[in-house]
Amino acid sequence: MASQNPVRVVLVDDHRLFRSGVRAELGSRVEVVGEGEDVASAVAAIRAAVPDVVLLDVHLPGGGGVEVLRAVLPALPDVRFLAVSVSDAAEDVIGTIRAGARGYVTKTISGVDLTDAVVRVADGDAVFSPRLAGFVLDAFAATDVPAIDPELDALTQREREVLRLIARGYAYKEIAKELFISVKTVETHVSSVLRKLQLSNRHELTRWATDRRLV
Amino acid sequence: MQVPKLYRASRGRIVAGVARGLAEHLRVDVTIVRAAFVVLAFTGGAGIAMYAAFWAFVRIDPAAEVSAATNARRGLRHDRLGRRGQYVALIALTVGGVLGVQALGLGLPGPLLWPLALAGFGTLVLWRQADDAQRNRWRAAVGQGRRPALLTTILGAGLVVAGAATFLSYHEQLSKVRDGLLASLVFIVGVAVITGPWWLGTVRALSTERRARIREQERAELAAHLHDSVLHTLALIQRHVDEPREVQRLARSQERELRSWLYRPPPGEQQHFGRALERIVAEVEDSQGVTIEIVVVGDCPLDDRLAATLQAAREAMVNAAKHAGTAVISVYAEIEPGKVTVFVRDRGKGFDVDAVPADRLGVKESIIGRMERHGGKAFVRSSPGEGTEIRLEMTPTMARA
Repeated sequence: MASQNPVRVVLVDDHRLFRSGVRAELGSRVEVVGEGEDVASAVAAIRAAVPDVVLLDVHLPGGGGVEVLRAVLPALPDVRFLAVSVSDAAEDVIGTIRAGARGYVTKTISGVDLTDAVVRVADGDAVFSPRLAGFVLDAFAATDVPAIDPELDALTQREREVLRLIARGYAYKEIAKELFISVKTVETHVSSVLRKLQLSNRHELTRWATDRRLV
Repeated sequence: MQVPKLYRASRGRIVAGVARGLAEHLRVDVTIVRAAFVVLAFTGGAGIAMYAAFWAFVRIDPAAEVSAATNARRGLRHDRLGRRGQYVALIALTVGGVLGVQALGLGLPGPLLWPLALAGFGTLVLWRQADDAQRNRWRAAVGQGRRPALLTTILGAGLVVAGAATFLSYHEQLSKVRDGLLASLVFIVGVAVITGPWWLGTVRALSTERRARIREQERAELAAHLHDSVLHTLALIQRHVDEPREVQRLARSQERELRSWLYRPPPGEQQHFGRALERIVAEVEDSQGVTIEIVVVGDCPLDDRLAATLQAAREAMVNAAKHAGTAVISVYAEIEPGKVTVFVRDRGKGFDVDAVPADRLGVKESIIGRMERHGGKAFVRSSPGEGTEIRLEMTPTMARA
């Protein structure tokens, strides 16, 4: 659907160099319609341009990417966010996803892969980097703690398999081939994991993040 | 070995940690020291006097303070349980002291004796509290434990005042006592009102100063670290502008180092699988000039079998770096209860597994053979043009036993 018209993107990052680098790398399928360098300018740029996708840096002056999500999403629920970060800190990444971002990629991602990710997010899919898949598997690791909401608080066997393959560096197409399912089904599984990640109140999630920070 | 310095212990103590501190200093059993104090207490109260002197003049172990702070931050309150016991001990000490005085036949009349005992107990509580002040500061920093401290202080002060008042009332008319108390109270309030702002100012200035000092220390540490690592690397990069491979290697290894400094917890005493694997990945990245994406789920302590798994994984990464002809390798390790699985994957050339000549020892010996010798398994999946994936499976020793 988004392949006909270029995806309209707002770049949010406090490093000008990174913004111009991304601008140069993004292919013709993507058009940059605005930029932001802190929370306030990002919110203003997004409100003015109403893009399809926002490439959002997790660490931003003025409260971080999470604040941008909080300020924009209630009014513009159709704008989709893809988090980009150099951060390896699990709580930052999970926090941004739980605030509403539809995916997470690291800043070392290649231009082609980033363009792919942007287009996929614009189409309504979730984008998981291997690292995010690892974080999620860790957070939802089988424990003795009973799930409060079984539907939201645990991953299905299939979702787990998909996440494992993502963590192993497989692309969606390769996962589909490996599991004898369609790419669309892979996308469905990933979106379902994203939903669980955002909605689950599983206290393991928070406890796990706390453990990561403290110990 | 050096003799431990004499400090009062802050854990495993009954009253003020004097006995345990002495025991650690003299390297004898704490029970012996405690018994000695008790025995000495019966020789004209010498034990009690000695104990009091140690209490007043020996500092609490500063190293223990730090660990108490760490524990408080983690929500561990190891001496919470012992606190009630400590109050029992304080009461016993007071009662013992009173009985001792009586037994010595000083013949203080009852109405005089018990107020003194009350005041004495109050004093003990207050002193005991002052000991805790240091650690409570740490706890206050993590937002807990201030109220009980305040309560104890009020209780102690109240006891001392009550004791003093009763003592006075024995000698004087009660009304005079009341007048005296009132006068003292007015005086104290007056002093507080007059000097209050100054006190407040001093306290604020102190805390501001302390905060500034902490910030300064952090900044200095950060600056030192950046200087040793990042600035150094940037200088190296400028000298290697013509060698993209070297620049990439420098940037990558600096990135890894900075990340681990920023996001990783300080190393624990035990070796863990996840950390060890990350180190190996770093080594291979450095020596082979490739990028390795590593994801680790779960963790467990390292043992012989897992060390062999690490070596096999290392071999797999080196092989991929050398032969696959691709710049990116993915490593994924999952540690489940009773099972550790490591995947090493590249999207490179790949090869025909059955066509590998028998004399190519790399895969056969150092990966498959090594895993099997240690009771694990290794699987190689590859075909020309499709890349290679090596899967290593191992059951840790502890899980098997």
